[in-house]
Amino acid sequence: MDNISEVLAEIVGPEYVSDFPEEKYIYSMDPGTMPACEPDIVVMPGSTEEVQKIVQAANARRVPLVPLGAGLVLSGLSRALKGGIVLDMKRMNRIVEINEVSRYALVEAGTSQGMLQAHLKKHFPNLKHSVPDAPPAATIAGNVSIHGSGHMSHAAGFHSDMLNGLEVVLPTGEVVRIGSCAVSPYWFARAPLPDLAGLFLGWAGTTGVITKLAIKLYPNYPLNDVGVFVCEDASLMPDILYRITGTQVAEDVTAWMTPKPDWAAGFLHCNVNYGAQTKNELIWKRNLIRAAVENYIDDKTGGFLPLPGMMKQRFLEAPNRQLAQFADVRKGGGFEYVGAIMPAELFPEAYELGLDIAQKLAVSYSMGCRIIGVNHSMMFYYAYAFNRADPDDVARAQGALEETNKRVLALGGVPWKAEAPAQREILHKMDPNMVEMMRRVRSVLDPNGIMNPGNWEGI
Amino acid sequence: MKYAEILHRCFRCGYCKLPGNYVDFNCPAYAAFRFETYSPGGRMWLLRAWLDHRLEPSRRFQEILFSCTACGNCVEQCALTKIKDELLLAFTAGKAELVDAGKVPPAVGDCLTKLQKYGNPYGISRKKRADWTAAAVELFSDQEFLFFPGDVGAFDSRGREIARSVATLLTRLGVSFGILGEREVSDGNEAHAMGESELFRLLAAENIEQFNERGVKKIIALSPHGYNALKNEYPALGGAYQVFHYSQILAAHAGRLSVKDNPGKARVTYHDPCYLGRHNREYGAARKVLAALPGVEVREMDRCRQDALCCGGGGGNLFSGILANGPESPARNRVAEALETGAAILAVSCPGCAVMLEDAVKSSNLDQRLQIKEISEIVNERLDGRN
Amino acid sequence: MYDINFDPANCEACDTCDCLMRCQYMTFDIAEAKREKANINSGRDSRVLTGCATCYACEEYCPNGNHPFYVIVERQEEKGFLPAPAPITRQQILMMKPKGTITPKPVRAPVIDMCYFPMLTGSIRPPLYENPSIIVGSDIFCNIMWLHFARNSVIREQLPRVIENIWHFYLRDSGVDELICFHDECYATFSHLAPAFNIEVPFKPIHVFEYIAGRLDALEDAIKPINAKVAYQRPCSSRLIPETGHWVDEIFLKIGAERIERRYDRENALCCGQVLRAHQRDELADDVQNRNLEDMKASGAAYCVFNCPACMLTLAEAAAEKGLFPIHLSDLCQAALQADAAKG
Repeated sequence: MDNISEVLAEIVGPEYVSDFPEEKYIYSMDPGTMPACEPDIVVMPGSTEEVQKIVQAANARRVPLVPLGAGLVLSGLSRALKGGIVLDMKRMNRIVEINEVSRYALVEAGTSQGMLQAHLKKHFPNLKHSVPDAPPAATIAGNVSIHGSGHMSHAAGFHSDMLNGLEVVLPTGEVVRIGSCAVSPYWFARAPLPDLAGLFLGWAGTTGVITKLAIKLYPNYPLNDVGVFVCEDASLMPDILYRITGTQVAEDVTAWMTPKPDWAAGFLHCNVNYGAQTKNELIWKRNLIRAAVENYIDDKTGGFLPLPGMMKQRFLEAPNRQLAQFADVRKGGGFEYVGAIMPAELFPEAYELGLDIAQKLAVSYSMGCRIIGVNHSMMFYYAYAFNRADPDDVARAQGALEETNKRVLALGGVPWKAEAPAQREILHKMDPNMVEMMRRVRSVLDPNGIMNPGNWEGI
Repeated sequence: MKYAEILHRCFRCGYCKLPGNYVDFNCPAYAAFRFETYSPGGRMWLLRAWLDHRLEPSRRFQEILFSCTACGNCVEQCALTKIKDELLLAFTAGKAELVDAGKVPPAVGDCLTKLQKYGNPYGISRKKRADWTAAAVELFSDQEFLFFPGDVGAFDSRGREIARSVATLLTRLGVSFGILGEREVSDGNEAHAMGESELFRLLAAENIEQFNERGVKKIIALSPHGYNALKNEYPALGGAYQVFHYSQILAAHAGRLSVKDNPGKARVTYHDPCYLGRHNREYGAARKVLAALPGVEVREMDRCRQDALCCGGGGGNLFSGILANGPESPARNRVAEALETGAAILAVSCPGCAVMLEDAVKSSNLDQRLQIKEISEIVNERLDGRN
Repeated sequence: MYDINFDPANCEACDTCDCLMRCQYMTFDIAEAKREKANINSGRDSRVLTGCATCYACEEYCPNGNHPFYVIVERQEEKGFLPAPAPITRQQILMMKPKGTITPKPVRAPVIDMCYFPMLTGSIRPPLYENPSIIVGSDIFCNIMWLHFARNSVIREQLPRVIENIWHFYLRDSGVDELICFHDECYATFSHLAPAFNIEVPFKPIHVFEYIAGRLDALEDAIKPINAKVAYQRPCSSRLIPETGHWVDEIFLKIGAERIERRYDRENALCCGQVLRAHQRDELADDVQNRNLEDMKASGAAYCVFNCPACMLTLAEAAAEKGLFPIHLSDLCQAALQADAAKG
């Protein structure tokens, strides 16, 4: 490690390399509960070429390398578990191309959600991308690579489903294009080629560094509305979600359940977001959605909240800024959540599980879910707020998260963007041949084991 | 440390790094340096770590703290409504702790020393404070307004041009004003922003004594920094006056600022100075002035009004140069943004912004494509038939 | 306790059955109307219980003051008919629950009751309001809205406490016995509903329009006439207190606004539609709102003037889309006094 700082400074310029205590401290953790793991160096590349040189240098020296977007994963996946180099990708934030007709955006990996959103709003107002509810500083690549989801996920799936192609730097330093872009100047699809993109999705940066990616764009309707369906019986939710999603007119279907404010406790709210070109179309979609759950309306067990226009604004915002405020519930600047990917039919059990843990461990909670696809699955989240200045409070939240991960797995779900301990739980439960295959893939791609070591291993 | 209780409550969500429309990074220090440490969230956690004895106040630490220009974007954008209004106060308190401990970057220390010794951060004799007028402006003695040029207006060469231009225009409009001249000292806004609250109080007390001796009731400030201090901080120290920024006075005379037969087309974009805009919510006055000029087409930058990108000069950075003028400096970013509007003139209403942005134009080799003009200069040119 | 002042004999003797015959949302012939009214009165099933839009109009139409609407609501609750879904009903009741945080506060006349609309206290400013004391909060929420949710029981439970709160925490010890109600519904609660339910009210409710009319007289010299046509959105609560309608006309006259005669005004006014949405009757709400707004637009009005904050929240955006300037009547009067720019 003696000369790695100098080598990195040669590559990116000394102003973009730091081994100062301040950077090491800040880059040692994210805003979640996972304990600090200090890197030795932080480096910020400005181009794929620089990334390649950095990776080659790290590989030659067998120095661990951890790619980092905005660090908002909250489960600590960008911590340097074994020290080494943190690769802050956010200088690489060019929007390379917007293909309006084929509806895709090609961006560098450090491009933020917010800047792409703003760029489209200004230059291509008829288009939008699926925005996650992470703050706008979150990166496109970070979110896609963890199988994130967002405001188009009911219509179009996980954000990884919306990926058209990648440019990656392998741990051994090669730059690879994946998808149609490997054969064509257009980044329009991963089909019909053998799909190598999966080698970089969900791997927590252990297989290479994404430097560019193309994602699908969608029509941005001029008129948008939301219906908030409310019921009190979680056992009805699978059918409600099935019916609503069956209309296939909404873009986003999310549920939220929270004990605060007091009037919300015990109620299950389901936001159904949809858009249209004209007012008539908007009303038609509203009526379709309503008709899907007519039976519940007729027997008075559920209905849509009568929200006047201005009160709907927070539900129409993407990203939803209010979600960040959950971090201040314990006046402690922290929250972390288990996002459990599971079948939508498990909603009632998932909900009861959350209530049970919150009660047993006396933690502040917020629960909800986002439907992925046409009820094909859901990302059910259990968010726990904590006061980071109180170690006991942090421990309580950690305990709740661990317990939640275990019980989610037992229920048949899979924790999303799982932190290192939860990864081990998953691996224990996983088909051994899949475990072995993952190990083999990593040994081929990363023979020196430099990429974000400590993740997806240890069993 | 004051406001220490909010430091750990930062979620580092990063809303503070961006403007409300997310178009580009809007924290000037983060935009310049790009390490997370230089973002508001980074500063919050670093301050907490220092207070918890996990970090020493190293040179790097000091630079990170003093790279904050006090632009207020973080206060505007922070998603946590219960702490957002105290963010800048916390950073200033952190700087104050460093000042008390004698742990400040040399350039900051130098600036503060000059302020203390000379009453201005340039280290120039007080006797020269009125030199900018070339004797064309009277001393204050019962005029309606005291005109307060501030440090940049009094001592910087570009600042002096602007001070003269504004004074000329005020005279043309028949506004009755005089200056303190040599008896004036720094308004202290930058000392305050750099955490030197004691020095600020001393400077303010000196000015207040002079103002009160002369029966000053109304003040026109040249610099938004001075405007901010005089309007918001001086009352608590016994100096309560009606304080205006000069753009507000010009706006009140908007109907008299143009010459009908000399329209002269110009495409202009306006840079909102932080201490006039975000800090004091005055977005309209300068725009009203520009709108009153026939032939002037005003084009807004994507980051305007409460979303304006700071030029990088605040928080004493105009003097300490921590944000400097590297390729990623906020000033260079800003002039590039101005060019994107298609404007040929970037209009300013702050002498500090003028200095920072002109340097950026030069170092970006944009002299032939973009001019920095202060709003009274634009008006005077037209009135003189020089446009 | 708190029985409604209702005599079924009055209905039996009534030839016109105006309460149902004049209903804007259900249609009857006279024979069916008499039959359905008898069913309601006797506690039998009636399509009125499910079809009622809860617009309060029949309270106004009844020539005998026999509270046909309060009785409908009573029967709905007795028979378990819910106009709005159960979760929404329950959640609304929880949302509007008194917090129990009221503390004594000295007040002096004029005391303005802002109900549970703290966000509107900015409207209470000079010159129109002269040195007012303002009371506001969950503990003085008037509770009349439960008429829309078949919950007379909640009114009976909460309203006596609310009246007591106002009297004991604010008025009595300050020697004030008049309460100016900013919200039409509050005035209707204290002056019409409470007596109908035999709930005593120890203070005198004053409608804010009466107060405003008086202030406009006092400030006559300062008025700059609006000189515009206005469309007035008459809220459901006005149906309970038709005797206050003349204040609206007088105020418009004083500020130089011409209240255009249009189809859906006065006794033919239409519900703003928000309650219909709570009842999950979106298409009816669309229809009612469209007819109402088209009527306003066709009349050539420049302003859509509101009395009720809830109506305004519901219709302001749509009114603006139709080219009408949405404004509360109080703020329109402020504009006539050129106090500051009218706030929509």
